[in-house]
Amino acid sequence: MELLGFGDLLLSGAWITVKLALTSLVFGLIFGLLGAAGKLSRFWPARALATFYTTLIRGIPELLLVLIIYFGGSAILMAIAEQFGYTDYIEISAFAAGVAALSIAFGAYSTEVFRGAIQAIPKGQWESAQALGMTPLKTFFRIILPQVWRLALPGLGNLFQVLLKDTALVSVVGLNDLMRQADVATASTKQPFTFYMTAALIYLALTVLATAMTTWMERRADPAARRADA
Amino acid sequence: MTAKNTALELIDIHKSYGNLEVLKGVSLSASDGEVISILGSSGSGKSTLLRCINLLEQPSQGQIRIAGEALELVSGKNGDLKAANMRQLERLRSRIGFVFQNFNLWPHKSIMENIIEAPTQVLGQSRDQAISRAEELLDRVGLLSKRDAYPANLSGGQQQRIAIARALAMDPQVLLFDEPTSALDPELVNEVLAVMRSLAEEGRTMLIVTHEMRFAREVSSQVVFLHQGQIEESGTPEEVFDRPRSQRVRDFMASHT
Repeated sequence: MELLGFGDLLLSGAWITVKLALTSLVFGLIFGLLGAAGKLSRFWPARALATFYTTLIRGIPELLLVLIIYFGGSAILMAIAEQFGYTDYIEISAFAAGVAALSIAFGAYSTEVFRGAIQAIPKGQWESAQALGMTPLKTFFRIILPQVWRLALPGLGNLFQVLLKDTALVSVVGLNDLMRQADVATASTKQPFTFYMTAALIYLALTVLATAMTTWMERRADPAARRADA
Repeated sequence: MTAKNTALELIDIHKSYGNLEVLKGVSLSASDGEVISILGSSGSGKSTLLRCINLLEQPSQGQIRIAGEALELVSGKNGDLKAANMRQLERLRSRIGFVFQNFNLWPHKSIMENIIEAPTQVLGQSRDQAISRAEELLDRVGLLSKRDAYPANLSGGQQQRIAIARALAMDPQVLLFDEPTSALDPELVNEVLAVMRSLAEEGRTMLIVTHEMRFAREVSSQVVFLHQGQIEESGTPEEVFDRPRSQRVRDFMASHT
């Protein structure tokens, strides 16, 4: 890529954006499943905790979450380190702070997607497994979860698209992602349109790719359709 | 007549939902090889009774014995009884086959996977062992060719035959059928009844909640008529169908033949 010599820089930024999005997705899915399990739990403290989590996180802007975790995170780490006699400034990595903020946010939204999908599985699916003597845990992981996955995929794909673009927020704490590299290139060349437009096209391409992946996974998750393909 | 072992015994089963008492003390006992049909109009509590046996529904009161072993029950917070020992419940459930009105096959698993799931996961059979047993059972219900299909590819009658094969794969001591043909189109009912009839003929112990009167009359050793959560009448098919003592049973029979 040419782009006044900034092409490689933008590509390296895009790579960081992809890594950040995928890492946050993995942790976010785990948080989402835990959140849904909490919301559907028979134990009220688990329900209360999960509700507190989704209410709090969905109630504040993601940008603020990034800033709170980045600056708050190092403040907390320093306070802990001080207890052990370490008094230097500790900075947490922008990437780690980004993963934490984005996966916590993704988890809060996907909690609701998972909850809806779990509740959409007919009660008879649980009953037929339990009637055969399967434990609740095995029933959940072997019978319910694979079906939840299929129902949750469209909603999760949607959230992933949001996540992909929310990664741009982490540029404010200095992560060298696509957004920040576009800023850097703009600052030194004074050609904002060129670089912001290029960045926009790269985000668009990533989103289209993500959509295609989701569609493919949705087809794969439907056994009847998978069989028709074969 | 030689004394047979008791396969299943229900003693004074009660079930309430709030103030609504659905079962008001039902006792029932099935010897090995017996086929008991449970009849009654809708709302009489027949499905609830069947679901109480393997605790899909929690009875409010009563005792359940499977082949002489009492299911250990304790009072839960809501006043209903729950299993005192999940391990025991799971073990006993694995010995009670349950066939649902709506089949409840798992749509994400192939027919073969549906059948071998519990034998491998609950009984710890090897995959090969479970598959060869599943092939026998699929052949028996006439659906061996569908082993790699998915439930969505099958008709209702075929799905119910698979559900029966899935229950049989556990080699259950007792088979419970909860209105197994009620969700089927009329032309598909007979293929399911034919499978059930062959099970009755080979001496399986079965409890059947059904509206198929002719079938109940032909295969049952005992017929139980439930009304408003109580046994209104019970006896041999001849007694209950031909010479019912209760006016309610007479009315029911008149409207169901």
